[in-house]
Amino acid sequence: MIAATLRRGARWLRWYLREVAGESAYDRYVAHAQADHPAEPVLSRREFERRRMDERDDRPESRCC
Amino acid sequence: MTTSEVRPPEDRPPEQPPPRSNLRNVVIWTAVAIVGAVAWAILALARGESVNAVWLIAAALGSYAIAYRFYARWIATRVLGVNDRRATPAERLNNERDYHPTDRRILFGHHFAAIAGAGPLVGPVLAAQMGYLPGTIWIIVGVIFAGGVQDMVTLFFSMRRDGKSLGQMAREEIGTVGGIAALVAVFSIMIILLAVLALVVVGALARSPWGTFSIAMTIPIALVMGFYLRVLRPGRVLETSVIGITLLLLAIVAGGWVDGSSWAEAFTLSPKTLVICLMVYGFFASVLPVWMLLAPRDYLSTFMKIGTIVLLAVGILLTAPVLQNEAVTKFATSGAGPVFAGSLFPFVFITIACGALSGFHSLIASGTTPKMIQKESQVRLIGYGAMLMESFVAVMAMAAASILDPGLYYAMNSPAGLLGTTAQSAAQAVTNLGFTITPDTLQSAAAAVQEQTLVARTGGAPTLAVGMSEIFSGFLGGATLKAFWYHFAIMFEALFILTTVDAGTRVGRFMLQDTIGNVWKPMRRVSWPPGVWGASAAVVGAWGYFLWTGVTNPLGGINQLFPLFGIANQLLAAVALTVCTTLLIKSGKVKWAWVTGVPLVWDAAVTLTASWQKVFSGDPMLGFFAQRERYANALDQGQVLAPAKNLDDMRAVVTNSTVDGILAAFFAILIVIVIGDAIRVWMRVLAARQPAELREAPFVESRIIAGSGLLPTAQERKQRQLVGVGRPGAGGDGLSADDLPDYGDTRGGGP
Repeated sequence: MIAATLRRGARWLRWYLREVAGESAYDRYVAHAQADHPAEPVLSRREFERRRMDERDDRPESRCC
Repeated sequence: MTTSEVRPPEDRPPEQPPPRSNLRNVVIWTAVAIVGAVAWAILALARGESVNAVWLIAAALGSYAIAYRFYARWIATRVLGVNDRRATPAERLNNERDYHPTDRRILFGHHFAAIAGAGPLVGPVLAAQMGYLPGTIWIIVGVIFAGGVQDMVTLFFSMRRDGKSLGQMAREEIGTVGGIAALVAVFSIMIILLAVLALVVVGALARSPWGTFSIAMTIPIALVMGFYLRVLRPGRVLETSVIGITLLLLAIVAGGWVDGSSWAEAFTLSPKTLVICLMVYGFFASVLPVWMLLAPRDYLSTFMKIGTIVLLAVGILLTAPVLQNEAVTKFATSGAGPVFAGSLFPFVFITIACGALSGFHSLIASGTTPKMIQKESQVRLIGYGAMLMESFVAVMAMAAASILDPGLYYAMNSPAGLLGTTAQSAAQAVTNLGFTITPDTLQSAAAAVQEQTLVARTGGAPTLAVGMSEIFSGFLGGATLKAFWYHFAIMFEALFILTTVDAGTRVGRFMLQDTIGNVWKPMRRVSWPPGVWGASAAVVGAWGYFLWTGVTNPLGGINQLFPLFGIANQLLAAVALTVCTTLLIKSGKVKWAWVTGVPLVWDAAVTLTASWQKVFSGDPMLGFFAQRERYANALDQGQVLAPAKNLDDMRAVVTNSTVDGILAAFFAILIVIVIGDAIRVWMRVLAARQPAELREAPFVESRIIAGSGLLPTAQERKQRQLVGVGRPGAGGDGLSADDLPDYGDTRGGGP
């Protein structure tokens, strides 16, 4: 019982951290690309992450005080 | 589940389930109310006896829970009329980039990380000069009725307009004049904010080889992380962050070694040298691609921020320290406090901006967040909830500052001009203020955290770090780790202040390029090197100027500049609340306009009174122009007035007072323009006796299933099982739909 709760908690934490950090963005992109644009080639992770990061160059986000 | 057959009119939200007034809820909320009320009673009534910091926490949490459950919910459902059947921009315009529906708990994390920085940590520490009570009351009452409301309502209106920025909304809903004034306000607050935050870092690192070394190391650490993430392991943010945090902790430990070695000399920097270093850093961070420096630092500072805040909360609860600060000090009425001049009203409300009401948040609530929200009702969790969290951070900062011996507090926070340079002179100055500390105590306090001196370490960060090291060493490591925890706390603050400085310089650079681009086309091209360098240099030069005057001002930079920062931040809050009130009136909700109207009136009263006093007060301690006159007259006769040491100091005071006075007047004029222009619009709408035309995006039926609170609702789980929404895309970790938080995925059914 306790072990199961802990396992669920750990899984939730892993999910949370991956989502917050944006690690799952690529998985989401692959699913999206395969479902909606099956004819087009899917970017490699390296290429995808590179484009995603470079987009931030031109779209800076403020951080507050 | 037959609601799909009966469709209510689209502009009406679906029927709310009847409120569950069962016994259990009544008992729980009564208990919360009693805990909160008892805590408040103890804080308010205890005089001359010791009060535990835990009561501050209890009063805050009890009040937040009730405000979130009742007031925020009422605003969301009745005033704003959130409608979960209406698709949000994230759903309608989903492009998997800036617009995409994001789980509310993830978005909460993003939003909180974006709004919370050093502000809620620094402001309360300075405001502790008035005693712990006025600041705490303002932090809690302010967030409930002003700050949380501003954040949530701005988020809502921006979301209804596809994520338009505050400046755009001001221009479209109020008018060109109000819009331009709002833009100018945004840019000026940015400059002052960056200067004041950088000043806090300078105050924390000056002549501290340990701190300077650790912070300097964050640059190579960020470069390593950036390279790792770019070349070696693309996209593996978590493992990169683990490596980064490990290196960071190592850098803090290594700082201690450097401190005791022959390298210490090289890392002992004067404030002026640090200003140059920060400006050079700010320039390069703004020009270089984000993957090299900015993005990795952002990961580091976010994880450090959350981790340390949690640690602090646990620490206060475990060690239950006693407050040594008075509830209300004599400076609250006399207005002659050494940390900042002026009496309780209006200056507590100016000094504590972030944590109670922060105008800057409206930029974030009208930036990326509204483009990622899944469901309209989630504005309560994300807008109001994240602001409550920030307010809680501010309460903890107030607690950490108030557990220090008042003598030490004033020895650290008064301007150097008042304290002199030695422990003896500082102890004497503190005695003159009416508090006691011996030179020995002062020296041993510095030795305990391995600093050369704690005298005049203004800016709030060192004070907070001493308080935090007190709390942390109380349950982790004891006295031997005190110095480590002190520098850990300094690192934690400096790290995310620098993240704000580099991100802010970049945002300022884009704003400047965009504005100049309206008149001179090439400037608009974001990758045109001369444009990039020129705009970056201009922004760095602007905040660098104020930073430089801050460290060279004999009257004390924080003492002089912090009120300006508070006024600028509250000015931006006035703009946001004006836009919100205008939109409520335009939506035909005049009877609810007080929800943002009352905080607006309060905020305008506070900010205008503060500006008025800063401009017109005849007291040279308080009024910039009175100060200017006093020093200018003396200068004419060739006299040198303390704390100035020579005629150059005298000239510096005259120039600074003039610039600061003009800025205070300028901010006040901006507020009057924005509010005046809005009142013109309100009159027109009210005279027409019908709701004005709204620029909302059209109604589209939502297909997302998601709850509104932190926890998945029973209905949400059931609905998800019914429609069989599982985990989209890359599966493989065996999670069932039931124990997975919702992804808000619309794939396969979305528009």
